[in-house]
Amino acid sequence: MRRLGAFLLALIVLASLAAPWLAPYPEDAVDPLSSLLPPSPEHWFGTDQAGRDIFSRVLYGGQTSLLIAIAVLGSSALVGVALGMTAGYAGGWLRDVIMRVTDIFLAFPALLLSVALAVVLDPTVTTVIVAIAATWWPWYARLSMSVAASVSTRPYVDAARCLGVPAPLIVVRHVLPNSLTPVLVQLSLDAGGVILTAAALSYLGLGAQDPIAEWGLMVEQGQSLISTNWWVVTFPGLAIVLTAFAFNVLGEGLRNALDPRRTVIK
Amino acid sequence: MVGYLIRRLGQALLVVAGVVTLTFVIMRLVPGDPAVAYAGPKATPEQLAAARERFGLDDPLAVQLVAYLRDLLTGDWGTSLHSRQPVLDDLALAFPASLELVGTALVIAVAVGLPVGVLAARFKTRFPDFVVRVGSMLAVSFPVFWLALAVQTIFATGLGWFPVAGEYDGDLDTASPLTLWTNITVVDALITGNWPILTSTLWHLVLPALVVAAYPAGVIAQLTRAALIEESTQDHARLARALGFRESTILTRFSLRAALNPVLALIALVFAYSIVNGFLVEAIFNWPGLGRYATTSIRSHDTPAIAGVTLLVAVVYVLANLVVDLLQGVVDPRARAR
Amino acid sequence: MIEVSDLEVRYGTHVAASVPALTVRPGECVAIVGESGSGKSSTLMALLGLAEASGNVTICGVDVLRAGPRELRRLRGSKAALVMQSPQAALPPTTRLGAFMRRALKLHGVRASMEEAMRAVLLDPALLRRYPHEISGGQAQRFAIALAIALGAEVILADEPTSALDVTVQAEVIAVLQRLRAERDLAVLMVSHDLALVSTIADRIVVMKDGQVVGTLTHPYTRQELEAVFGAQG
Repeated sequence: MRRLGAFLLALIVLASLAAPWLAPYPEDAVDPLSSLLPPSPEHWFGTDQAGRDIFSRVLYGGQTSLLIAIAVLGSSALVGVALGMTAGYAGGWLRDVIMRVTDIFLAFPALLLSVALAVVLDPTVTTVIVAIAATWWPWYARLSMSVAASVSTRPYVDAARCLGVPAPLIVVRHVLPNSLTPVLVQLSLDAGGVILTAAALSYLGLGAQDPIAEWGLMVEQGQSLISTNWWVVTFPGLAIVLTAFAFNVLGEGLRNALDPRRTVIK
Repeated sequence: MVGYLIRRLGQALLVVAGVVTLTFVIMRLVPGDPAVAYAGPKATPEQLAAARERFGLDDPLAVQLVAYLRDLLTGDWGTSLHSRQPVLDDLALAFPASLELVGTALVIAVAVGLPVGVLAARFKTRFPDFVVRVGSMLAVSFPVFWLALAVQTIFATGLGWFPVAGEYDGDLDTASPLTLWTNITVVDALITGNWPILTSTLWHLVLPALVVAAYPAGVIAQLTRAALIEESTQDHARLARALGFRESTILTRFSLRAALNPVLALIALVFAYSIVNGFLVEAIFNWPGLGRYATTSIRSHDTPAIAGVTLLVAVVYVLANLVVDLLQGVVDPRARAR
Repeated sequence: MIEVSDLEVRYGTHVAASVPALTVRPGECVAIVGESGSGKSSTLMALLGLAEASGNVTICGVDVLRAGPRELRRLRGSKAALVMQSPQAALPPTTRLGAFMRRALKLHGVRASMEEAMRAVLLDPALLRRYPHEISGGQAQRFAIALAIALGAEVILADEPTSALDVTVQAEVIAVLQRLRAERDLAVLMVSHDLALVSTIADRIVVMKDGQVVGTLTHPYTRQELEAVFGAQG
């Protein structure tokens, strides 16, 4: 299973990165004469209203989705882990404050908060990243907080403290390495969710705008044609399913291999 | 127990207060002047000033926040800019329909996810387990809007097995009008014995509810499986085995109840998630719920309405968590002691 | 009554323990002693057909390693009962003690008084209404013995039954076990790492190291004997 996930994902990443060479047409090559052509040897996935090649756009769309996923996960993990470590190790009022704020964010259905934020900001890819990252960091904060709290009571940390090792050094030396595995597992489990949320925001028109190839947006643009020109909606949708599936399979496999005792609720 | 209850309620209140603040802050960031949105683009400066006055837009932020809180508590959730009705009234109309959809979906999700998870745990690493694992992972990988579109196109527009959109056949409003009690159509139709509307609503519910159910069913199956497998390696499962209990008895009688706790917590989480996910499905199936209301509000920069929807969902979410916490005490005696 | 010969317990291809011969007659108490990881617990599980193993195991006339699942299920509990190391964790957390015992009795079609079984191990029958987390470790272990008594088991397999308990509570549990063994002619096979404890109660002691039997001691134990076995392994 894990290998299947890794293989699918490698395929998707490679195809997206190599889009400029693989794609038979530029992503934004408008051609009114070949509007809404069904799949054919020239256009494997057909063309959309503007006559753009959907296969090429699906490939380029992969770049957008992966970029969003990496940016969201990277920034929220960074912020979350930093806050979580501080709270978990420092304890006291600082911990209480960080925990309460985290609780409040977690008490908000993440998707709703993302939508609310995205409504406020201009519809761009950056907005999608900011809106999702803003709702995602608390999960990492809570996760690394619990790891930090449990690590900081271990005997070797006590020993280090008794030896007068400064707190920041203890965090970097002992606490951080211990939380890497759970965070890594969580990251891979979350990637699928980020892709789906990003697609939903773009579908609502709150993210990437027209000439940019984005899967959710492509579904939105084609949905009114679904009964007459099925391919416009089908292929970008399948791309989302496949990518999210690949991440989920990989994430579950990683969890089983690295962190089997944890059952993640999210 | 009482102390625990009070502490838990206090936490919930704190979270709600935080959510109110957060909502307020986000809504203050909205570009576009709510006064303009309310008074209309051709309003005179006097009309604009009156609108600003009316919404207290010239006061300091802190004052506005306190006023906002006070209004919320007294049941004044503002007036929707686009429907010109009190937001609370709008929500009272739209929310029950969402509840009906998400409630049905969750019932389906539990009814499918739980037994399927048990099945996978029972036949761990064998064929049924494989099918359940791949199936549940697929279920959580579908973008809900795309699934809604696909299901609608295939089973409603294409094959014509189910209605395309709406909550029930429109002509029933005159042929067999519904008396409203709870605003939840299914419940009202059941109470008043309005069979035409009841059957029509159930029929209309099938497709959107199945679409909304896909994600929760998938995660419930995954978690049930994981929790059961975890339980079955515990000493109590080994002792039960050594006492001659069948594997299926151990699973359903002893392990399942212990494993139900994380599953219950999960249901509270996916409940709120599904309400928001349901927004997209509602829009596609034209379901008269919060989703449609929210979408219209977003498009018309209807600040009070968006804030209302956000708050309502957050409060429902906090409540769901509270209910689950209390339920856990009923299911698992250990939780009561905590 | 337990008879074992040429037993090999495996984890996949790895041999976790091998026991060339072992007999426990009714009324006898035999202890297997060894450090943790020496394959004692797996041996115990194998005797109930709950671990992968080859060789010959006969318990109360049942050929364990060749018996079908139904026969095995009948053997487990009603003829040979297990007492585990971790007291409360070995009982289903969401089931009251009484409900669990009733279910076990029903499973094996045994009609017995639960109260009587409780009193036999010096437990208040009112505890039957409690949940596992509401009783103490010593009570939990005695309840496990009560289960065996109620089910009419002739063989008790005990996996470190006292190692999680305080010393005084240990004595109580052992006393109960000893009395019942005498009264009911039970065959007791106990696994432990506590030689001091075991040497006061066991008729014979099997010493294991790295999955191999390195010696057998018979009561009364002499200093020379002990040194011979333990000295041999350094």
